[in-house]
Amino acid sequence: MTSIKAATAVINHSQTAIHTKKLNRWGLKIYHFLKWLLPPLFGLLMLLAVWTALSELSPNLPNPLKTWHAALVLFSDPFYDLGPNDKGVGWNILASLERVGLGFGLAAFVGVPLGFIIGRFEIIARMCAPIISLLRPVSPLAWLPIGLLVFKAADPAAIWVIFISAVWPMIINTAVGVSKVPQDYMNVAKVLNLSEWKIMTKILFPYVLPYMMTGVRLSIGVSWLVIVAAEMLTGGVGIGFWVWDEWNNLNVEHIIIAIFIVGIVGLLLEFALTQIAKRFSYE
Amino acid sequence: MNKAYTEKYVELENVDMSFTTKKGTFNALDNINLKIKEGEFIAIIGHSGCGKSTVLNLIAGLLKPTEGLLLCAGREIAGPGPERAVVFQNHSLLPWLTCHENVYLAVERVFGGGSSNESKAQLNARTHSALDLVGLSHAADKRPNEISGGMKQRVGIARALAMEPKVLLLDEPFGALDALTRANLQDELMKIMAKSGCTAVMVTHDVDEAVLLADRVVMMTNGPSADIGEILKVELPRPRDRLALSENADYNHLRSEVLRFLYERHARKTA
Repeated sequence: MTSIKAATAVINHSQTAIHTKKLNRWGLKIYHFLKWLLPPLFGLLMLLAVWTALSELSPNLPNPLKTWHAALVLFSDPFYDLGPNDKGVGWNILASLERVGLGFGLAAFVGVPLGFIIGRFEIIARMCAPIISLLRPVSPLAWLPIGLLVFKAADPAAIWVIFISAVWPMIINTAVGVSKVPQDYMNVAKVLNLSEWKIMTKILFPYVLPYMMTGVRLSIGVSWLVIVAAEMLTGGVGIGFWVWDEWNNLNVEHIIIAIFIVGIVGLLLEFALTQIAKRFSYE
Repeated sequence: MNKAYTEKYVELENVDMSFTTKKGTFNALDNINLKIKEGEFIAIIGHSGCGKSTVLNLIAGLLKPTEGLLLCAGREIAGPGPERAVVFQNHSLLPWLTCHENVYLAVERVFGGGSSNESKAQLNARTHSALDLVGLSHAADKRPNEISGGMKQRVGIARALAMEPKVLLLDEPFGALDALTRANLQDELMKIMAKSGCTAVMVTHDVDEAVLLADRVVMMTNGPSADIGEILKVELPRPRDRLALSENADYNHLRSEVLRFLYERHARKTA
C-alpha cells in the first residue's frame, strides 16, 4: 500500500516537473521572441520620432499621421483608371514591376550564359575583361539616351536601362562561380572524361548556382533602384513617374508613400529570391 | 592483350617533371624509371612533398611530364581516361549528387555510349553492384554530406571500380580516416583487388599500409628532384591477414626495411 502511494507521489511529482518545464519553455520562447522583435521595433519607432520632429521643423513635410491617412485613402482604390496620366497606384507599381521583370529577365538570359562562357574559357575572359571594366562603372541612366535613340520609344528605353544595369552582377558573379569550381571536381571530370555538356550540367551548374543566385539578387536590387530614376525621365505609367507627377502636384504625402512602396517592394523581391536561392542550394 | 605488355603494363621511362612557379622552375621529379606488371599492386611511399602524388597524377594523365615517356598497355598516356581510374585523397564526390548518381555518372560515361552502349537498366545494375561491392547499397540514395568519411571514400572506390579500369590509381585514399576505419577499408580493398585482379598504384605515407597491401613498395627520395631510392619486393602470400602478419618475421623485417629507408637514409631534414 505504501509502495503504491509512494509510486503515485513520484508520478504526481514528475508530472508537475514536466508542467513547470513546459511553462519554462513557453517563458523562454516568449523571451526569445521579444528579444528578436524589440530592437527592430524600437528602430522603426525612432524613425517615426525623427520624421515627426522634422515635420515639426519644416511645415511642408507631412507628419506620419497625415501620411498614414493619405495612404489609407490611396490604397482604398489602388486600381482606378482615369486616362493615361491618372491611374491608381497599383497600376503604377505593376507597370514598374513589368519593366523590371522584362529588363531583368533579358539580363539573366544574356548574363548567365555569358558568365558561364567567361568563367570557363580564359581567352574569352581576357577578351571581355576590358569591356566589362570599362562599361560596368557607368551610371545606368547614362544609357538612357542611347536607348531612346535606338528604340525611339520611352518604354523599351527604360527596359534597356534596367537590362544594362542588371546584366553586370549576373555576368560577374556567374563567372566568378565558374572560375572557383574546385580543381578536384574538374579532375573528376577529366578522369571520367566527361563531355562538355555533362561538365556543364553535372558539375558547373550545381556548383555555380549559389553564386548565380547572389548575382541575381544583386541585379534585382539594382534594377529596382534604377527603375524609379528611369521612369522619372521617361514618363508614362510607373512608380517613378508617379513620384514625379506627385511632386508636380506638390502632394508630398504621396511621395513619402511612394518611398515606402519602393522600399517594401524591393524588400519583397529580395526576400522572394532568397527563398528561391535556398530552395536550389544543395547544402 | 599482347603478352609483351604484361611484364611492363605501365611504364615510366626517364620521366622528369618540373613546375614553373613564381620563384622559378621547381624540379619535382628527376629521371623516374618504373615498370609495373599487369595485376601488380604498387605502393609508392615517401615523405610529404617528395612528389609521389605527382607520379600518380602523371600516370593518371592529369599532368604531362616535362621529359620522358609514360606508357600504359604499350600506348603513350596522352591524357586522363577511364581506363586509369583515380581514387582521390579527399574522395571528390559531387555533393549535389547521391552516392548512386555519383557512381552512375562514371558508369554512364564508360558504358553508356560508344561500343558498349548499354541500356539504362544495365547501367543502373552496374552502379548497384559497384556500391554493393563496397557494402554501401543501403546508402545509395544518400548524399555525400549525409555519410561518414569512411563511407565517402568507399563510394570513391566504388566509382573508380565501376569503370572497370585497367589500372586503379589511389592517392592516399585512407589518409584522412581514423585508424580503425582505415584498417577496415584496407582489408576490403585487398579482397576487392584479389577479385578484380586489376593493376593498382597507391600513394601512401603509411608504412604498414604499404607493406600490407603491395607486391612492391617503391620508396622515393626527398624532393626537390626526387627519384626512386629503392624498390622493395613484398613476397608475402595472399590473402594477407593483418593479425597473423603482425607476428610474422618476414613482414616485420620488410616493415623495418621501409622504416629504415625513410628515417635513416632519407630522413627529412626539416620536418
